[in-house]
Amino acid sequence: MPPHPDTWLRVLPQGLFCEPGDFYIDPQAGVHRAVVSHGHSDHARPDQAAVLGTPETLAIMTARLGEGRAGRTQQPLTYGHSIEQNGVRITLVPAGHVLGSAQVVLEWQGSRVVVSGDYKRQPDPTCEPFQPVACDVFVTEATFALPVFQHPPAQAEMKRLLESVALFPERAHLVGCYALGKCQRLIAELRRAGYERPIYLHGAQASMCALYERFGIGLGALLPVPRPAKRGETVLAGEIVLAPPSAESNPWSRRLADPVTAVASGWMRVRQRAKARGVELPLVVSDHADWPDLLDTIEEVGAPEVWVTHGREDALIYALAQRGVRGRALHLLGREEDEVEADVAEAVQAEAAGA
Amino acid sequence: MSLPAFADLLERLIFTPGRNAKLALLRRWFATQPDPDRGIGLAAIAGELSFTLAKPSIIRELAAGRTDPELLAMSHDYVGDLAETVALIWPEADPRPNRPPPDLSEVVETLELAAKADIPRIMADWLDVLDAGGRLALIKLVTGGLRVGVSARLARQALADWAKTPVEEIEEVWHGIPVPYRPLFDWLEGRAERPDPKDVPVFRPPMLAQPLETADIAALDHTAYRAEWKWDGVRVQVSAGPGGARLWSRTGEDYSAAFPEIMDSLDFHAVLDGELLVMREGEVAPFADLQQRLNRKVVGPKMLREYPAGLRLYDMLFDGTEDLRPLPFDTRRERLEAWFARVKPRAMDLSPQVAFVSLDQLSALRDGARAAGIEGLMLKRGDSPYVAGRPKGLWWKWKRVPLSVDAVLMYAQRGHGKRSSTYSDYTFGLWRQDENGGRELVPVGKAYSGYTDQELVWLDRWIRNHTTGRFGPVREVEKELVLEVVFDAAQLSGRHKSGVAMRFPRISRLRQDKPAAEADLLETLMAMVENRPEA
Repeated sequence: MPPHPDTWLRVLPQGLFCEPGDFYIDPQAGVHRAVVSHGHSDHARPDQAAVLGTPETLAIMTARLGEGRAGRTQQPLTYGHSIEQNGVRITLVPAGHVLGSAQVVLEWQGSRVVVSGDYKRQPDPTCEPFQPVACDVFVTEATFALPVFQHPPAQAEMKRLLESVALFPERAHLVGCYALGKCQRLIAELRRAGYERPIYLHGAQASMCALYERFGIGLGALLPVPRPAKRGETVLAGEIVLAPPSAESNPWSRRLADPVTAVASGWMRVRQRAKARGVELPLVVSDHADWPDLLDTIEEVGAPEVWVTHGREDALIYALAQRGVRGRALHLLGREEDEVEADVAEAVQAEAAGA
Repeated sequence: MSLPAFADLLERLIFTPGRNAKLALLRRWFATQPDPDRGIGLAAIAGELSFTLAKPSIIRELAAGRTDPELLAMSHDYVGDLAETVALIWPEADPRPNRPPPDLSEVVETLELAAKADIPRIMADWLDVLDAGGRLALIKLVTGGLRVGVSARLARQALADWAKTPVEEIEEVWHGIPVPYRPLFDWLEGRAERPDPKDVPVFRPPMLAQPLETADIAALDHTAYRAEWKWDGVRVQVSAGPGGARLWSRTGEDYSAAFPEIMDSLDFHAVLDGELLVMREGEVAPFADLQQRLNRKVVGPKMLREYPAGLRLYDMLFDGTEDLRPLPFDTRRERLEAWFARVKPRAMDLSPQVAFVSLDQLSALRDGARAAGIEGLMLKRGDSPYVAGRPKGLWWKWKRVPLSVDAVLMYAQRGHGKRSSTYSDYTFGLWRQDENGGRELVPVGKAYSGYTDQELVWLDRWIRNHTTGRFGPVREVEKELVLEVVFDAAQLSGRHKSGVAMRFPRISRLRQDKPAAEADLLETLMAMVENRPEA
């Protein structure tokens, strides 16, 4: 009988550790060997000795963390390919979250665990779609694990954004969004909706867009936000500007013509939350699975046991129990539950670093 | 498609911070929606729609029947608002039933006629054909409390702008026309005469005063004016007659239910203008006491005993059916005094006129009056008719010289709308002894006005460069900057940590020259509290 996964995968302070393989998955601190699911900063930490990830994720880590801090040695592994590490077979499978995001499939002595990282099931023109893999234990996020979270199609939200642009031609539309993934997805979705004008980027968004284009994701005309010609003048009336969610509270935003402040996030589904942030146009666009997609995915992979990394684990574990699936909360440290807050933290760091 | 259209309006109103944008959204609603739905939407926004049978408990039970109760509870806990939780969690049938969503009028008529036992089924049928936004609009509509940041007054202003009719003309008939206001729309669109409210009490837009600036004083012929104290209460209008009685705020908000002791005394036929005050044995209590009463919809006997409200009258608009508004102020005053002597209404007195022979004497009187209930003086022309709005030169308000303290900036918060990238709201503190014999700063107030645009830019930069902590939208700053804060009065308050509350604090000067250690003590502010009970 194959060994139960809890005999060979443990939660240590640094993160989830594969004992026979002697490596961590998405560790929170620098370790000797790490498999990284995707490039967001709460999964891809600096200063790993050896990093395994998709070529896209490794490139993103190098761009964000800088040469030398994104793993002393980097080992790329493309989707669908496998390697063996001390008898543990590692395969990376698309997770549909952002460019290069992968589920880490681990097999040891006939037992299979899928560490899905962050994932979504909605279509996304900028990354490979999620592929379900049957397994004994499915390790899942639970960011939006409450039945109130049901993400509408992204195209419907783009329609609302474009309607607002048409309604307020004298105002700029400042869309707060995460710099990696959400920003490029919004651009690609706007292009799909037929929007062909240049899209304006805050400095924090530009480098990641350039990286996506190097990987063949076409984003159309992108321009930096110009400075007004004269003091007191404003720019970009009638245009769409993408910036980190915190940018709206920054003096930087004063150059924009009476901006309509939008934020693209799954949290925008809850009006009270959007209102409290002073958002004028909440756009419900998320790169995480919503409640129905979490439940459907778990049913699809058919795992008798599910481990929950972060988010609303109590609600998910409760719902799984009713479906006869054993759930367990891993209580991993350091995961950002709120993508918007995570981005604010990141932007503050960037500000401090003089970016 | 009217309920989805209403849902869209609510959604936009909720997230739109600016007054002008809200007015534009409402104008578009009046211009594009059919009757009677536009009137029903207007009533809902103005808070004049209520359903007695559709209670929030029905909504909760409906949702519990369609979802898992545990998950509903967890979701409610997360979202906070029951209506929104139910709107979001309601499981959608796939495909959605092939019925059109209800019109607003269908919702209103059906609920009015429905038996109580049928309401859950009716609501569920509607919820099944709506999307999340529509479900929220429906639940908010029937359970009340839209909370979209639009007052009844703003809704009427939008109506006036849309119809290009003075808002005062709408105010005068508004309360006499039932929902959905068909005669009102017929009149505004030129299909009918202005509706006649007959005996139903309606709100008469009040006459307002202009602030008296130093430059105006020289040009003033003081013999043409009468003086009264300016009371620190709330301006109200009472309207009583055979068709009923009402108590309104200055903006036409209905206060009737909150002040039963006043309503009890309205057994006459007149429209009166006066100040609502909490009074104990004829003595005006601090404004904070009146706030205790204003903040609640229903009042218990304890409230009535501890915070007794009264009305201090200063003008008379109607005596019976006779409209006194065209008459000169002096004549109206005589009529008011005669009426008061004859009727002797309970819970009311007359605001006395202040005798004076020169403006200098009046100025001295004004500065000498430091009673808690007095904000300053009112000057009214003896020959002025009662004109709605703020006509120039007829009535003046002459506030007394403000008090001031030098306080230390402690926290700053970003503003809203145009000020959302600027730290424009300031919490400031004064020094007091702490338990260890040292000194600590205690917050005493918050101000978001008074500074110039240049000062605001300077303050914003200073705050960003001197931040020591962040709490959401609030920054804590180094305790180094002294602000000169002016305010109209200081009053004892059990709700403030410092024990004292300021009336209308605003920033008058930045005192970069003054070290924070030399800012004022809390005792200094305490000494400015008037009518303080003897310790």
